[in-house]
Amino acid sequence: MQRPYEIIIGLEVHVQLLTQSKLFCSCSTEFGAPPNTQTCPICIGMPGVLPMMNRRAFELGLKTACALQCEIARFTKWDRKNYYYPDLPKNYQISQYDLPLGRNGYLEIRSPETGQSKRIGIIRVHLEEDAGKSMHDERAGKADSRIDLNRCGVPLLEIVTKPDLRTPAEAKIFLQELKLLLNYLDVSDCNMQEGSLRVDANINIGVNTPEGPIPTPIVEVKNMNSFRAVERALTYEAERQYQEFLETGRRLGQVPKQTRGWDEEAELTRPQRTKEESSDYRYFPEPDLVPVVVSEAEIERIRTSLGELPQLLRERLETTYGITPYDSDVLVSQGRALVQYFERVATLCGEGKLAANWVQQEVLRFLNEHQVSLDAFPLPPERLAELLIMVRDRKLDTRRGREVLARMLSTGESAEEAVASLGFVDVGDAEIEKICRLVIAQNPKTVADVKAGKIKAVGGLVGQAKKINPHVDPAKVREMCLRLIEETA
Amino acid sequence: MAITPEEVRKVAYLARLLLSEDEIAEMAAQLSRILEYMEILRGVDASHVEPMAHPLELTNVFREDRVAPSLPREEALKNAPKHDGECYLVPAVLGPA
Repeated sequence: MQRPYEIIIGLEVHVQLLTQSKLFCSCSTEFGAPPNTQTCPICIGMPGVLPMMNRRAFELGLKTACALQCEIARFTKWDRKNYYYPDLPKNYQISQYDLPLGRNGYLEIRSPETGQSKRIGIIRVHLEEDAGKSMHDERAGKADSRIDLNRCGVPLLEIVTKPDLRTPAEAKIFLQELKLLLNYLDVSDCNMQEGSLRVDANINIGVNTPEGPIPTPIVEVKNMNSFRAVERALTYEAERQYQEFLETGRRLGQVPKQTRGWDEEAELTRPQRTKEESSDYRYFPEPDLVPVVVSEAEIERIRTSLGELPQLLRERLETTYGITPYDSDVLVSQGRALVQYFERVATLCGEGKLAANWVQQEVLRFLNEHQVSLDAFPLPPERLAELLIMVRDRKLDTRRGREVLARMLSTGESAEEAVASLGFVDVGDAEIEKICRLVIAQNPKTVADVKAGKIKAVGGLVGQAKKINPHVDPAKVREMCLRLIEETA
Repeated sequence: MAITPEEVRKVAYLARLLLSEDEIAEMAAQLSRILEYMEILRGVDASHVEPMAHPLELTNVFREDRVAPSLPREEALKNAPKHDGECYLVPAVLGPA
């Protein structure tokens, strides 16, 4: 669909880091505790306390900045971002302003429209502390708001992209890829329901005119609670800006930047409070925290410890095992453990594509049906490989292979044992040929149909062969019959 | 560099300070004088001096990622002007955060 405008999107993502304790104090970060049971004088901003940096949080931030190909700050410091809100007891948030952990990075994604790879620029990656949670009464203005400060001081990583995203679908793909990367890095669980991944988007459009594209005012969209919501909110917002442009002709720079919130129920964005200019936050260096100097050696150590990350892993699986980009995408998106399982099976059975099919269809189906993770899958890769070798050597057809697998899963039998229990007999090629010759001789009409070009008619012969011996591989019978009919033509 | 009463009103609002008209005029004059002094410093050639991020020479002070007990909730809530035993209560915040 050709839109009368181009969409320009940049994302601001906050992810909660996988630490045990908060960024500047020893309170637990565990989700779901009763309100205000995980706070201390440091995170609730009592006078005279001193924050102290969590080493793990810093390292996770550095790891992410490295994985996003950022330039790493050799010298980094913290700043106070000042604003008043009841969920921020100190009246400032400790963040990073002019010397973030990392800047000028990128993440590569595969564009959904073209299938081409595309680099999405990362402007900056920095560490900051989270604020608390306000709960507003439904009868707005009637009752007090309730404040839970458990989340205060939980370590967050803010990741800001360049406005390089051109469609809402691309924004969604970017988020999926980012989430996968962070999962592979063990940096964050990126659970949107629990708020450990939050996304805001800046969006405007360039309306096509004979004089060139005219940019509309930038709008920040908030309150998107799933990747799907991001795609829908941005699609809505782009179209809203186009309609507004047609009505008012307003362009970039003529009105201040607006903040709008996505209303999932009503499927529209509504205006929120006007965003304060960044200078209004009156940033200044945090005097209570000393700067951090990162050495070349430490950056190198972190770079080498990143492990194989999704994009390169996909490419390696494709070249090593001859599987399709679709296969590698499905496998890699399931996480490192499944990829390792697949690799072991593929190596043992010697056929990457066969292993990829079985892991995607059978293993993943089992995991989905039982709602369990891979470590609860009853078959070690060696066992599955034994079965796949039989399938590879065509001692079992796919359908029987599945029955054998089902039995292996339910009884714990090996592939060989399960084949015996099910009474499956491997019918030799000579026997198959004998049966095929017999059914061909008995069914001249079907043979004539096949010869006349109705290849599908051969199915009748396969059925006959199965009646004679239920253990024959239908695919083999089909091939054999077609070959014999052709030979007699 | 003169600070206008309008600018004083804006920073006072950002710091949640309620100033009378007299105070605004007084602050405008004082803030202007502070900035004039800063102008003098701006005249110093500091091109060969590294910007100072922190007055201490110290860097890289970390703590290990270990959990320690938090404050008992009643302790945490004790100083709050208003609470319900679970949460702090504040006058209704209008509009979304």
